[in-house]
Amino acid sequence: MSGEPLLSIKGLKVHFPTSSGGLFGATRPLKAVDGVDFDVFPGETLGIVGESGSGKSTIGRAVLQLIKPTAGTVAWLGTNIAGFTRAQMKSRRREMQIVFQDPLASLNPRMTAGDIIAEPLDTFEPQIKADERKARVQEMMAKVGLLPQMINRYPHEFSGGQNQRIGIARAMILKPKLIVADEPVSSLDVSIRAQIINLLADLQKEMGVALIFISHDLAVVRHVSHRVLVLYLGKVMEIAESQVLLSRPRHPYTQALLSAAPVPDPEVERGKKRLLIEGDLPSPLDPPSGCVFRTRCPKAQAQCAQDIPALEPRGGASDHLVACLFPD
Amino acid sequence: MASITGAAAPPREIQGRSLWQDARRRLFANKAAVTSMVILAIVAFLSVVMPFVWPHQFDQVYIDRISCPPPDYLGMTAIFGSQADACPSAVGQGHIFGTDANGRDLFIRVMHGGRVSLSIGVTATFVALLIGVLYGATAGFLGGRIDNYMMRFVDVLYALPYIFFVIILVVVFGRNYILMFIAIGAVEWLTMARIVRGQTLSIRRREFIEAAEAAGVSNWGIIRRHILPNVVGPVIVYVTLTVPAVILAESFLSFLGLGVQEPATSWGVLISDGKDQMESYPWMLIFPAAFMVVTLFCFNFIGDGLRDALDPKDR
Repeated sequence: MSGEPLLSIKGLKVHFPTSSGGLFGATRPLKAVDGVDFDVFPGETLGIVGESGSGKSTIGRAVLQLIKPTAGTVAWLGTNIAGFTRAQMKSRRREMQIVFQDPLASLNPRMTAGDIIAEPLDTFEPQIKADERKARVQEMMAKVGLLPQMINRYPHEFSGGQNQRIGIARAMILKPKLIVADEPVSSLDVSIRAQIINLLADLQKEMGVALIFISHDLAVVRHVSHRVLVLYLGKVMEIAESQVLLSRPRHPYTQALLSAAPVPDPEVERGKKRLLIEGDLPSPLDPPSGCVFRTRCPKAQAQCAQDIPALEPRGGASDHLVACLFPD
Repeated sequence: MASITGAAAPPREIQGRSLWQDARRRLFANKAAVTSMVILAIVAFLSVVMPFVWPHQFDQVYIDRISCPPPDYLGMTAIFGSQADACPSAVGQGHIFGTDANGRDLFIRVMHGGRVSLSIGVTATFVALLIGVLYGATAGFLGGRIDNYMMRFVDVLYALPYIFFVIILVVVFGRNYILMFIAIGAVEWLTMARIVRGQTLSIRRREFIEAAEAAGVSNWGIIRRHILPNVVGPVIVYVTLTVPAVILAESFLSFLGLGVQEPATSWGVLISDGKDQMESYPWMLIFPAAFMVVTLFCFNFIGDGLRDALDPKDR
């Protein structure tokens, strides 16, 4: 990718205080995101994959300052917005939006589809007239594949896929520069997923918006992303262009993820060599020393328990970064 | 393809049915709730209108008609005795509920008592609603330490003995109508605040609040557009159940002699007076008690109906 990054994240940490029980017990931090660096360029899609609890959604919310980062910088067009107050953030909000995982839960059940989609418009352009507001909402509805005459319907009268289209319309109506899509298709029926993914891809092409596409499903991410970031226990394991990551993964965790992803071809699937990783994700309250993946890594060595691997360019391209002491 | 949809007229907008409209439909399908609303409306209407049109005043004393039973044509002479025998002077005077121990028309006193009881019920509930919703929504929305302090304050007030509080108020300010609103409202808002806070906390965690924050909506906008409309359901249910509780509380205070003063009256005062005459003059207890019981039943049925209508999952 060339040019200036839209969003540049350096050393992002989000720790949640958790009490260890008892009224006056000391708090220990839950390290949901622990030192993450990445850039997002205008118009590109960055996929973030990781298991449940790896900190994917937390990163998405920290980018939008819906969760205050504990440390690190979140540079939006060169300005660090980490720790911005509500008022300072407000002017930036129209440039970055979010699409949520559960479409129904992300829509107020008491509001009509039209009012929901118009909400960002009401906040940022309260001066526009009622008929212009309606026209823009209906235009947006048509763009996301909803019938404009459904403007007065309520969320419970739509299907899950339609509700997600409403969520996307709400995110898109101000023509933002960045949309964080937090598992936008995970709670949808498989048959609807492709429609929503293609809709996001089409809108991206049409409006030039950058996407951070968060998912636990590598198959979905590789379909939409230009670059993919692999997250494990709040740390970046590997980041590379989509094609490179899929064809030549360097990190053992990425390799294991790829070998676990099913291929829709029984012949290939049968002959595939599986690289199994065992056990569960360690607790982010008490992450392993050294490399966080070492407890489940098939290639772990004694050194992995001491040294924290840096995220460095390994392999051919300068934008293929791997955090592993012994990459392939 | 275009001809199928018809190019002539733009497609008509489909009117969605909101959760409120659904709830109203379910409420009106509930026979008990609808009957209760009708009966309650009749009771309220009579209480408001009768004092203007009835030939007797609520504080008008007829020396010659003390403790007169209801007229014989009601067919209840077996229980109440004959009006013609006991009080010849009251016959044909329209004392359909008889008279009380001071020779006042009981029907108009029941109506007047209904006015007082219902207005205390509604006003004190409204006071509780106002304070409770504002307090609870603020605590629930702000959360954290402020929430903790605010709710501990509520706990402290909860722990104060209610009757003790009312007696202190009466001692300091004297017996007074307004005092009843304050005393009852001051206690009832605590539960309201807890309910609203709990609801707010749970709604605060929902994703659509986060979506509103991401859309740059202000705190007040979030409370007004997203939290309050979603809290209203359980609050309405609680309100309809608070009104009878307040009426009961008022009658309890009146029963203890802390409430409404003579010659003004309320259902609680009438029942309290009636119970003294229960054995010889049962109508003095039966009529006010019947009105109060019916009213309380109605409120409870409406509350139940609303709860079923607003949250059909919980049935």
